[in-house]
Amino acid sequence: MKRLTLTALAAAVALTAAPASADLIVPNLSYRTGPYGANGTQYADGFNDYFTLLNERDGGIGGELIQVPECETAYNTEKGVECYEATKEGALVFNPLSTGITYQLIPKVGVDKKVLYTPGYGRTSAKNGKVFEWVFNAPANYWDGASVAIKYLLDENGGDLSGKKIALVYHNSAYGKEPIRTLQELAEKHGFTLSEIPIEAPGQEQKSQWLQIRRDQPDYVLMWGWGVMNQVAIQEAANIRFPMENFIGIWWAGSEIDVTPAGAGANGYKSMTFNGVGMDYPLYDDLKTHVIDPGKASQGGEHVGSAVYSRGLYAAVVIAEAIRKAQELAGTSAITPEQLRDGFENLDMTDERLTEIGLPDFGPAFQLSCANHGGNGMARVQQWDAEAKTWNLITEFTEPDNEVLDPLIAEDSEAYAQEAGVTPRDC
Amino acid sequence: MIYREAGDFKTGYREDGQTFPIRLDRWAYYALIAVAVLVVPFVIDDYWASAVILPFLIYSIAAIGLNILTGYAGQVSLGTGGFMAVGAYAVYKLMTAFPEISIVIHILLAGGITALVGMLFGLPSLRIKGFYLAVATLAAQFFLVWLFNKVPWFYNYSASGQITAPTRTVLGEAVTGPAASAPAKYLICLGFVFVLAWLARNLTRGTLGRKWMAIRDMDIAAEIIGVNPLTAKLSAFAVSSFFVGIAGALLFAVYLGAAEVGEAFGINKSFLVLFMIIIGGLGSIFGSFAGAAFLVLMPVFLKNLMTGGLGWPTDLAAHVELMIVGAMIVIFLIAEPHGIARLWALAKEKLRLWPFPH
Repeated sequence: MKRLTLTALAAAVALTAAPASADLIVPNLSYRTGPYGANGTQYADGFNDYFTLLNERDGGIGGELIQVPECETAYNTEKGVECYEATKEGALVFNPLSTGITYQLIPKVGVDKKVLYTPGYGRTSAKNGKVFEWVFNAPANYWDGASVAIKYLLDENGGDLSGKKIALVYHNSAYGKEPIRTLQELAEKHGFTLSEIPIEAPGQEQKSQWLQIRRDQPDYVLMWGWGVMNQVAIQEAANIRFPMENFIGIWWAGSEIDVTPAGAGANGYKSMTFNGVGMDYPLYDDLKTHVIDPGKASQGGEHVGSAVYSRGLYAAVVIAEAIRKAQELAGTSAITPEQLRDGFENLDMTDERLTEIGLPDFGPAFQLSCANHGGNGMARVQQWDAEAKTWNLITEFTEPDNEVLDPLIAEDSEAYAQEAGVTPRDC
Repeated sequence: MIYREAGDFKTGYREDGQTFPIRLDRWAYYALIAVAVLVVPFVIDDYWASAVILPFLIYSIAAIGLNILTGYAGQVSLGTGGFMAVGAYAVYKLMTAFPEISIVIHILLAGGITALVGMLFGLPSLRIKGFYLAVATLAAQFFLVWLFNKVPWFYNYSASGQITAPTRTVLGEAVTGPAASAPAKYLICLGFVFVLAWLARNLTRGTLGRKWMAIRDMDIAAEIIGVNPLTAKLSAFAVSSFFVGIAGALLFAVYLGAAEVGEAFGINKSFLVLFMIIIGGLGSIFGSFAGAAFLVLMPVFLKNLMTGGLGWPTDLAAHVELMIVGAMIVIFLIAEPHGIARLWALAKEKLRLWPFPH
């Protein structure tokens, strides 16, 4: 019985392990099932569609077609490891959209020499390229998000937050815990009190936490949530009549599916973002002609233009630009992961380039280097209009408080270097 | 005709009591060990190690552990995930606090620490039974996960609460951390599986195992014939937790490399290991292996078949895979409630009579 299964398995694996063509391979470790599947699907669609567009319209990048083999992780670390091992042959860059899986892959990519690109998630201190040679988290990370959110609240309050109470509602996992350090530092600096309210994954049960918020009456609530947790939190906040304009989510808590279940109750809810939303960009004309209308859109294109779809698309845009840069530097179109890393380190995303791509003002302008793998961390705030069912951008791109963040990043990356025995590079 | 006892003469009690009384079984066992030690390390690659063989070996240890407690001693436990977490965090603390000491000793110590914790949570078993005990161990599961999330000391105050295994070597070969090669990881797990399965087999057919089974079958009768329920139940919890703790330590240090308690050691893990022993066969060492193989290999096999072989979209394949595995569990339990081990035993019975069944 066992041996039979193994032989059958061997046959199946032999069937799958043959991506031996010369195309550039960018695996998509996605999740379309499980408690986070509703969000993961949209992201994966955006990611796939941009590469489909490049293949269909331009014949790939620099003449090389891009292959995007997909592997389902279900946001589960064990399946994530399996997917990584199954797709790493010939792969250039990984984008697992899971902080847990990212933590697992960070040591592995250093040994296997693959690029790990984690826009807006993952390990924050990976910004320090001296320690994390293979990991990039531009354009913004969680600490940037936390800092920009506090900056926004400072602006709202005339530059003074002393005596205010801010509650952090977070997914009790590596992802949700990331901003705590920064917020504690910022609380000390600006004199507000921070209360930390964990929510157990997946987050369908939040009654007691919101009861606590109703009792404590914080001035503002920040949220680090994902998947079903967001919908429940926004619904609960509406139930206790918490003023929505004082409720700010991180970018992962800012998609249409998070707010629509609460209906009009979610009107005025805010979230951070580092990418534009909607289809009012010239790129979507091309996308329509080359991808959607011919029926080549991932999963039929039902989420095109949504907030999370746009973020998946943006991740693909940055990877494509890095590949282009790498080809330019290496003088060859069939690049290796090492060359792609150099491409990332020399990446300069200007506003002009974004306009050229057809996405004006879609993301922040940023520049990476050997030491800086995280860009300048700019993010902006968007607000939900429940009547029109749209996200409206209400601030410009804002820089985080690097005075607070830089020492934290240095400290955390040093701790990692020591633990993992990494000697920081000279940059 | 070929598979039979006849002609295989035993001349002593030791030979009579051996694990594989039939010569063909013995040969198959030796051949399996020889292939596992002499062939597999040279052909194993990263994918096979990470996706198939390491999880199979590690979950086998956990399943043997739970089988000792549930299958042999009759104490239902839903705290396996929590006890695996104890093993994982114990080995993490030991690895980082005493880097100069061998990882093998750390893994064994982690098992020992888990045994102590298991005994502590096993105390209620002296007063409560069945479903009530299951609920008490469920409390252990939630308490332990909460504890490792709440107290930063356990994860060395890292910003995200993740624990990451540093590189440690055995005989100069890295077995944990990113630089560990697939054969090294495989061999260390195989070593633990071999020794622990051998230990479990011999414990369960000795005095201790007989005491456990007596308690399982009827605790009052066992007490009357002189089995002390205190020592029998607590020793079952201790030995079981020792196995489960080692499985947790290997799962974190060798297989995953980084873990987070809620995600890696949640209630789902408890159910997974429980399903393994129910499908494999309660009260059987072979059943533990068979159950682990079924639940580890089947999803990977189906996934590769559907997305790789048939080219289905990944989400459809993932959903169909869940349905097939679920349906197979139900079919198995209806068709053979005693698990794969019973099927195996029946097959062997038939084989002995072949080709002259009566």
